[in-house]
Amino acid sequence: MAQDTHQPLGGELLTKPFLFLGLLFAIAVYFLVTRFIFGLGSVTHLNGGYPWGIWVVVDVIIGTAFGCGGFAMALLVYIFNKGEYHPLMRPALLGGLFGYTLGGMAVIFDLGRYWNFYNLLLPWYAQPSSVMFEVALCVMAYILVLWIEFSPAFLERFGLTNAKRKLKRFLYIIIALGVLLPTLHQSSLGSLLLVMGSQLSPLWYTVWLPLWFLLTAIAMGYGIVILESTLVTNAFKLSSEQRILRKLSPIVGWLLAAFLVLRFLDLLARGQVAPMFAADMNALMFWIEILMFVIPTVILISPVRRIDQRQMFLAALLLLGAGSLYRINAFLVAYAPGNGWSYFPSAPELMVTIGVIALEIMLYLVFVKKLPVLHGTRPA
Amino acid sequence: MDKSRRRFIQGAAGAIAGAVAPMESAKALRRENKQLPPNALGMLYDSTLCIGCRACVTACKDANDVPVEQPAHLRDWNVGVWDSGEDISGKTLNSIRVFTHGTKEHKDHAENGYAFVKRHCLHCVDPSCVSVCPVSAMLKDGDTGIVTHNPDACIGCRYCVYGCPFGVPQFQFDEPFGKIAKCQFCEHLQKQDEIPACCDVCPTGASLFGRVDDLQKEAEQRLAKQPGDRYDFPRGRLGDDRPTHEAAIPEYESHIYGVKEAGGTQIRYLTGIPHEKLGLPKLPDESYAALSEGVQHTLYKGMIAPLALLGGLIYLARRSTKQHEDEE
Repeated sequence: MAQDTHQPLGGELLTKPFLFLGLLFAIAVYFLVTRFIFGLGSVTHLNGGYPWGIWVVVDVIIGTAFGCGGFAMALLVYIFNKGEYHPLMRPALLGGLFGYTLGGMAVIFDLGRYWNFYNLLLPWYAQPSSVMFEVALCVMAYILVLWIEFSPAFLERFGLTNAKRKLKRFLYIIIALGVLLPTLHQSSLGSLLLVMGSQLSPLWYTVWLPLWFLLTAIAMGYGIVILESTLVTNAFKLSSEQRILRKLSPIVGWLLAAFLVLRFLDLLARGQVAPMFAADMNALMFWIEILMFVIPTVILISPVRRIDQRQMFLAALLLLGAGSLYRINAFLVAYAPGNGWSYFPSAPELMVTIGVIALEIMLYLVFVKKLPVLHGTRPA
Repeated sequence: MDKSRRRFIQGAAGAIAGAVAPMESAKALRRENKQLPPNALGMLYDSTLCIGCRACVTACKDANDVPVEQPAHLRDWNVGVWDSGEDISGKTLNSIRVFTHGTKEHKDHAENGYAFVKRHCLHCVDPSCVSVCPVSAMLKDGDTGIVTHNPDACIGCRYCVYGCPFGVPQFQFDEPFGKIAKCQFCEHLQKQDEIPACCDVCPTGASLFGRVDDLQKEAEQRLAKQPGDRYDFPRGRLGDDRPTHEAAIPEYESHIYGVKEAGGTQIRYLTGIPHEKLGLPKLPDESYAALSEGVQHTLYKGMIAPLALLGGLIYLARRSTKQHEDEE
């Protein structure tokens, strides 16, 4: 590595791509204003059968899984003590910071009675048996933890070395919480579906839902680290992190392989072979999802393929796609409310989701350019 | 990897395996279904007595102050008067739906016939909506078992809408400050010693209010009669002295719907055709809340498991951070 410290990238902020992202975000703001004035029904296709749409499933459930980079890397660096992956830690945390903070923000505009949001924190309204209660508290706490975990970058930027030294003394507790909280709530996002019973297709409904959600969230966390590192080192012509990524790949590959084997064992144990081969939407989506999981698994395990930077990039993309599709399938495709209800997101609904993602990328760019996030320097 | 680290990781793996091993059978994880409260109140809806007049729908709207609903193609006609919501919604707490088949000639026949069914909250014995609500906005009365909703607590997450196996709670998506709409069994009228509006106005006794155990006996009594026997069908509240509605016992389906479905409900349905055809879903005897809460409690063991895990994580993170510092 050229230099072993975190540095701000510097450079022009208001580039053309940045302004384009700003435009996407402005469109989202327009529809959000509409939503707050006229109600959720005025911009979304939510209905009595499908009370949850992409704002929940994509912005929150998939968004926080994309934010699991910091969690997945902390697991490796601090729990399994693999210090060599440390250079990937801070950018991964940054991704988590935005994935979760914006996911939390999305909750506010999706909540039908957002002005009562603080009831979640009032003990006399608490309902500890509710999976949603656990998820809400855990996610709120984790957003706080992420900001503290990331705060050394701010402290360095503003030269507050004393504060940084003090923070470092108890940072290990924060790091431990930063592993515990996502373990709890990422699995609980799967537990949210346990109450659905026969409303979900047996291809997705299993008591193992919490473990499936946890495993795929960790895999997606590594996926986002590979994707981000490849994109950033290429775009900003930084010294390549391919060597570390190549070491990371088989870990992710075997994690995915374990998930796939366990998933099929569970399907077999529950005797759900017939629905896999039914001529319906569920079976089709199931196999697309499985295929999207299998390809990155093969690439990441194969010693020959994972050397190829393009194949590894493709693997990361497919892995993130597969984890996302798994969540969309489990929450929306597998779900059959009956009574002839159907759901497909409206254009404004999609634009809001796209706008949130645009904001996330914009904030990422601001942070890596202005704060010491990335490792290594540009070759002159 | 040093010894203590390996031991912790092995221990953690063992703990996870221990926690998930019982998952092999969902039965082991499920907590017990909840039991019917002592003075449970409910309704017996006899589909064969229902004539589809929808007086109950109108009475419900008056009693609960919800607006009339008209489908788009009738929106300009008899505005605000002719109610024709096709199912329960954010504005309709109960509705009468019709099943039709073929020539639609015979009432309560699956072949070439038609039949009515009433849709509203079934006031489950072990309700999913109460179990999933993060802010205790759905409440089940410990005595009467009536499931009510508190909009002041509700944050509008709509998990109850998603989770209800009967699709009952509805959110008012077309309102900027919408709320969850759901039949609360005219709790406000019951406080004034009146009965739910739908049962009060039903002319044939198709919707009959009463104590769940009495209603169960009434339903069993009807099933025990021979089709064609004359029978005095009670109206309003079971046990009151309202004049009865005398009619012949029809050919009932032998299954009383609502007794065991999803852990049991406080509504009883008697029908002339199979309940699935009327949109009453086939459900297991176990409540889904029992499984969801059972798994969650198994994994969390009253927050002891997460705290133990946190202890191990703190220990490992501390060692790693120290070691990394030494290397720097």
